[in-house]
Amino acid sequence: MEVQEQIKINRDERPSTVSSLNIPIYMDYSATTPVDERVAARMAECLTKQGVFGNPASRSHPFGWQAEELIERARKDVADTIGADPREIVWTSGATESDNLAIKGAAHFNVKRGKHIVTMKTEHKAVLDTCRQLEREGFEVTYLDPQPNGLLDFEAFEAALRDDTTVVSIMHVNNEIGVIQDIARIGAICRERKIVFHVDAAQSPGKVPIDVDAMKVDLMALCAHKVYGPKGIGALYVRRKPRVRLEAQIHGGGHERGMRSGTLPTHQIVGMGEAFRIAREEMGAENERLHGLKERLWKGVEDMEEIYLNGDMDQRVPGNMNISFNFVEGESLIMSLKDVAVSSGSACTSASLEPSYVLRALGRNDELAHSSIRFTIGRFTTEEEVDFTIAKVREAVEKLRELSPLWDMHKEGIDLDTVQWAAH
Amino acid sequence: MAYSDKVLDHYENPRNVGVLDKDDPNVGTGMVGAPACGDVMRLQIKVNGEGVIEDAKFKTYGCGSAIASSSLVTEMVKGKTLDEVAEIRNKHIADELALPPVKIHCSVLAEDAIAAAIADIRAKRGEGSEASADEAVAV
Repeated sequence: MEVQEQIKINRDERPSTVSSLNIPIYMDYSATTPVDERVAARMAECLTKQGVFGNPASRSHPFGWQAEELIERARKDVADTIGADPREIVWTSGATESDNLAIKGAAHFNVKRGKHIVTMKTEHKAVLDTCRQLEREGFEVTYLDPQPNGLLDFEAFEAALRDDTTVVSIMHVNNEIGVIQDIARIGAICRERKIVFHVDAAQSPGKVPIDVDAMKVDLMALCAHKVYGPKGIGALYVRRKPRVRLEAQIHGGGHERGMRSGTLPTHQIVGMGEAFRIAREEMGAENERLHGLKERLWKGVEDMEEIYLNGDMDQRVPGNMNISFNFVEGESLIMSLKDVAVSSGSACTSASLEPSYVLRALGRNDELAHSSIRFTIGRFTTEEEVDFTIAKVREAVEKLRELSPLWDMHKEGIDLDTVQWAAH
Repeated sequence: MAYSDKVLDHYENPRNVGVLDKDDPNVGTGMVGAPACGDVMRLQIKVNGEGVIEDAKFKTYGCGSAIASSSLVTEMVKGKTLDEVAEIRNKHIADELALPPVKIHCSVLAEDAIAAAIADIRAKRGEGSEASADEAVAV
């Protein structure tokens, strides 16, 4: 009964309007994005009897042919966004499935050449947990530490590569801190050693240009819901020249050249294609706008005492700001920012009570990891929303610092690292 | 994650936020937790001549449930004796605030804070632990 009361409270706080603001304000675009209305309109055309509802694999009638045609157009839209050939796009249920297919598929296929995989500690769980599973199956995985700015340490990377290394997996854009890895440089190294190079690019489309040939990428995981498309659909780019081969993970009908069986969801695919098309065409203008808004947000808080930007300032996507507010705990900050939807690297907000592994891998001490907030802005963010957020952040941090014994101690000049804590 | 009304209330209107003079012989200070864990509570109690807590102040670095737990504790201890206060268990705090299972540890920390504050005031008064107090009496 308690839980239902709590849910009711949240429902009462659903968006109301203050001037033109929709409260709460959404600043969590890295978690997911609302579907763009143009995308939703295209999708709706593929559902009902009046729409294109046929099974794309039906070879014998127009219902199937129409669906297939729309899917092939979407395939081209996705391929064009990354500089690939449409035949190199395999539809999946999302980037998580793509990561699984890529890493497990390539590792298993190449098992006779070796069983060593190299990746980074800051990868998404879809990559890390897949690697852990392969470790249980007898593979060896090296998880590299990033530099403090979040970027790959190339010396450590090259030192980690062995003769039996078959797969490298490095994400393009990090979801927590927004840093952009030098994929082309990594690709060149892997190509030379004939190592299969997989890139989780879930956060990339529409934010950074992608060219799989220039970057020498062999496999690339993509999804729709980070770029104003629907949840539940993604793709895996699988290079044809030089050919990359995978062991399929899902069987049953041989769809997608045998790489991923299952009836293709026309409405989802059309949605993803349209979302990618829009992202590709509007990327330049959108990035400029987001950069301006991010600058505005940063300028509104940068004079605050004891705040730290997590991740590299320049090598990062325009919409991401991850800031640690020292001496204030992240979950209490999120609670006091009740009119702004953000996420935190604080332990309390993850079920495991462990602080963000990404921030810890950066070398941030546990306190700063506990004190971090990630703001990610997007297509529908306005200046007014940014200004509102700045005001709320300043207010909340001030109030929580008034409540914080650590802030007191800092003000008294005590070095917290020297204190003997009575930890529980 | 939704917060209960009570937790939000303690955050919006925290009771007894502040600092007492830790060098005051009548003030007991308990500081528990660690920044690395994301939870630090400082609880201070002022005890009068009759052994009754006449004032209490807290400051907490931690999530909403931790703040609420320590704020609630300052309310619970005022007007009680040290012995009565030592009876307070984390369950009382967790029940009052309707803490979900994942937040129970916040109430445990608050209970620890009480114990630490009591230990401090007792040490200042030369009472030490109950066991050594008996020994002192025996002597």
